[in-house]
Amino acid sequence: MKKILTTPISYDQIKDLNIGDTVYLTGILATCRDSGHRRVVKEGRLPERTSLKEGAIFHAGPIVGKDENGKQYMVSIGPTTSRRMESAEAEFIEKTGIRLVIGKGGMVDKTAAACREFGAIHCAYPGGCAVVAAQEVEEITDVEWMDFGMPEAFWVMKVKEFGPLVVSIDTKGNNLFENNKKIYEERLKKLG
Amino acid sequence: MDGALRQDFINIVKDFTSMASIYLSDDVEKAIRTIAEEETFPMAKTMYDCILKDLSLAAELHRPICQDTGVIQYFADVGTGFPYMDDIGDVLRTAAIAATLETPLRPNVVEPLGEHNTGNNAGYGAPYIEYDLVPNSTDLRLRMYMAGGGCSLPGRSKVLMPLEGVEGVKNFVYRTIVDWGVNACPPLCIGIGLGTCAATSAMLSKKALLRPIGTHSEYPEVAKLEDEIRDGLNSIGIAPLGFGGSRSVLSVNIEAAAHHPATLGVGITTGCWATRRGEIVIHKDLSYDIISHTRSMEA
Repeated sequence: MKKILTTPISYDQIKDLNIGDTVYLTGILATCRDSGHRRVVKEGRLPERTSLKEGAIFHAGPIVGKDENGKQYMVSIGPTTSRRMESAEAEFIEKTGIRLVIGKGGMVDKTAAACREFGAIHCAYPGGCAVVAAQEVEEITDVEWMDFGMPEAFWVMKVKEFGPLVVSIDTKGNNLFENNKKIYEERLKKLG
Repeated sequence: MDGALRQDFINIVKDFTSMASIYLSDDVEKAIRTIAEEETFPMAKTMYDCILKDLSLAAELHRPICQDTGVIQYFADVGTGFPYMDDIGDVLRTAAIAATLETPLRPNVVEPLGEHNTGNNAGYGAPYIEYDLVPNSTDLRLRMYMAGGGCSLPGRSKVLMPLEGVEGVKNFVYRTIVDWGVNACPPLCIGIGLGTCAATSAMLSKKALLRPIGTHSEYPEVAKLEDEIRDGLNSIGIAPLGFGGSRSVLSVNIEAAAHHPATLGVGITTGCWATRRGEIVIHKDLSYDIISHTRSMEA
């Protein structure tokens, strides 16, 4: 059976999840990547209309289209490399109170420590599967920070069973991709 | 160039660019389907299922396979008898803008240093265009590549000491992929260049990446090295998407050039599982043949 998280995400929903588990998200999801993290962490500004407390963000820069009625919709939205946000994510989690960070690949020590301390998880969405992800978006409900341009803006959307999301950092601070990296290093040694 | 003809030329390149954002080239599609079929790890199989679902949804809904439609790069092999040589640069630029707005592609291009997004994928030096002259030809052979962010990040070039030899080249590639490949959306297409300096090695690695999967270097020792590096990378098993499985790459292509005895330049360029590239030959009467995709552009 599918394990589905719903926003607002209580600590109880995520506390027993382990790295490697697959979950899905239903509720509100907002995109936030390099510029958005800079704004929150360096400039100390939060989005005006959307609270991130117990919420979820997606490291992603979408292609947004307009339908025949002029309403915006997600054309294609896959994850971007989470590692780029590593320097800001711990503080972002602390400042916003988000519980779920979705992106591509893993993150490292500072983020893992923040996940443990503040009760959050990082999940990886399969990279490049952007039309699958767009089809799991029911509607775009808001957008802020359009001054960054389309890829970097803060897009707020309603999602249904958004996934598969593979838990890459759990609330204990375990780290799937860092564990994998050790395996790859071992295999690399054998080649040498 | 006559206005109507110019518009035809633009439309051909626009539709070709758009098509290559929605459908993988035949070689990449075949490679990804094969690797998916042969994978045995359960988590890896789930990921490949998602990838194959994405390909079919993109085709069905006529949308870019991946939201990162990259920075558009054109490699134009221009026959010296091609009648519209003077117009190529302007036509490619106009076509890239039109493809961006119509498909739509993601407007990625930001101006140097200021980071201002131009909104249409054209900017100072963008789309990127490289020209080669082809004597005794009246055709324009155009290759298009969408350079995504994640898959461009592992790219690097280094000049090794000759005594490091083939082992040095292999280690450079393996190290790069273990450190950076996970986030570049593996299974990867790998292009490697071997030359004298950092710049030519990098350029050769790009040429290698543009070569279709399944082709080999004409130089026998280099072709052998392609297979060795492919097997080595596969034994590390970072695909799919860094979750780990039985492979790492879709292909390893190497382009080499005779080099200075005091240097061993090596460059690496990587493409993701959704490596989007296309090849089209446009004739002097503006009829054309699509080489990379068996589908027609209208479909």
